[in-house]
Amino acid sequence: MSLTPKIACMFTDVFVTPFADYEFMRRALVGSLALALSGAPLGVFLILRRMSLAGDALSHAILPGAAVGYLVAGLSLPAMTFGGLFAGLVVALAAGAASRFTTLREDASLAAFYLVSLALGVTLVSLRGSNVDLLHVLFGSVVGLDDAALLLLVGVSTVTLILLAVFYRALVLDTLDPLFLRQTSPFGEFTPFLFLALVVLNLVAGFHALGTLMAVGVMMLPAAAARLWTRDLAIALPLAAAIGALCCYGGLVFSNETSAPTGPAIILAAGVVYFFSMIFGRAGGVLRLKRPRRHLEG
Amino acid sequence: MSAAANAPAIRLVNLTLGYDRRPAVHHLEGEIAPGEGLAVCGPNGAGKSTLLKALAGLLTPLGGDIHFSGLSPRAVAYLPQVVDIDRAFPINVRDFVAMGALARVGLFRALNAGEQVRVGAAIETVGLVGFESRTLETLSGGQMQRALFARLIVQDQPVILLDEPFGAIDAATIDDLLALIARWRAEGRTVVAVLHELDIVRRAFPRTLLLARECIFWGDTRDALCEKNLVRARAMSEAFDERARECLRDEFDAEDRLHVH
Repeated sequence: MSLTPKIACMFTDVFVTPFADYEFMRRALVGSLALALSGAPLGVFLILRRMSLAGDALSHAILPGAAVGYLVAGLSLPAMTFGGLFAGLVVALAAGAASRFTTLREDASLAAFYLVSLALGVTLVSLRGSNVDLLHVLFGSVVGLDDAALLLLVGVSTVTLILLAVFYRALVLDTLDPLFLRQTSPFGEFTPFLFLALVVLNLVAGFHALGTLMAVGVMMLPAAAARLWTRDLAIALPLAAAIGALCCYGGLVFSNETSAPTGPAIILAAGVVYFFSMIFGRAGGVLRLKRPRRHLEG
Repeated sequence: MSAAANAPAIRLVNLTLGYDRRPAVHHLEGEIAPGEGLAVCGPNGAGKSTLLKALAGLLTPLGGDIHFSGLSPRAVAYLPQVVDIDRAFPINVRDFVAMGALARVGLFRALNAGEQVRVGAAIETVGLVGFESRTLETLSGGQMQRALFARLIVQDQPVILLDEPFGAIDAATIDDLLALIARWRAEGRTVVAVLHELDIVRRAFPRTLLLARECIFWGDTRDALCEKNLVRARAMSEAFDERARECLRDEFDAEDRLHVH
């Protein structure tokens, strides 16, 4: 046997066979792809709005809601989803309201709310159930996705992408010049809440696959990487989604080869892409900033 | 231009504005006629920006009222003093200027050919031809101010509010923008501008409101900016009185009226 077919065979073994042979791998791939496609564009907006850490805070805030759902109904998808959604939206709204009606800024009130929320969540989970359950909520189980979870992930992804397309102009204007939007359009007040609701929705869908702590990684890392390659928003959004999808695939392959846990493997893959972009990125990477091209004539 | 013809008269009735119960503008009374060019002058902390914010509908009065006769309060184009725009946001000059069409186009419809012509014309008027595809972060301070004025042109509103539009701008740019303001006035638009440069006020604005938390003088610019008024305005105390009591002036006025009748 010559060398080339052998390499091709190895290639297939690593990159194709696991998905062809095992249904749970196909499910994991579909679920994480759905998550990446809608989450990463949201991440681009989070970065532009200087709310990179708000996604993180909200992901922690979801925990007590999911925990209450779990306490009431066990490892039930609808119960945990509704609980998580409810808690996330409450914290997002409360933080927004607190920053408007008190002297605290939004980041401070968000931090306060999510810390309380996280402590409450961990307390609730450990009141009943073992550490294994806590690990499931915190780190998800992308290789254990059933039909209902898959439908939820794909549905949330679809709704998010449609709403992003419909409200694109409102989101861009609210990010660029919120005062102008508020003064010109009655929709201005409403836009930040719509955006936060979409973020919460994606995090809640994401925690079934990746857990509350990891779901935000699929959102932020591909978005940050994409911003290092282009200054054009119309390119950054699809690019982030593509990077996210690639990282999901790469992470699953890596996890299958090394039996590393899948959620962290996907995030680590995204981390690798991010660090690569940080060095080589054409719009703000280290090499381009350190060694700029020759200046132009005029 | 269609929107310019019917600029409303704006009437301020016993208007008190402020934050957290602390008045920044106290019991202001007066009228801005359609097509008027009004400069708002006064020391720092006099409440000039607060007044403009209220006129733009972004601040609810603590007391009194603002009446727009004939037009909706949204028929106002407003340029804030500190523009809260993220200059690093990836958007080019053409798209930025096109934001001005928002009130007509809405959030969901495409810019039609007429609006695109309008955007192009506005960019030409402010002298930014050739900059259409540049992003905001590549603009200088003066160019950014020109882009903001182009957006105001596209907004095409009968009332235009400018909060210190000439801070850190060179003389040539100021001349261009003043010419634009003169054109707006010729088209019958009302222009209200907060200004510190008194020579510009004397040059370009026939009427002046001299403000120092209360109205010092409201009338012809030449009378408003006399030495006596300016001294009075400068004497204004900027600091809050920590133990200020509730203002009962409205009640006293009502009593006075009762005594008179």
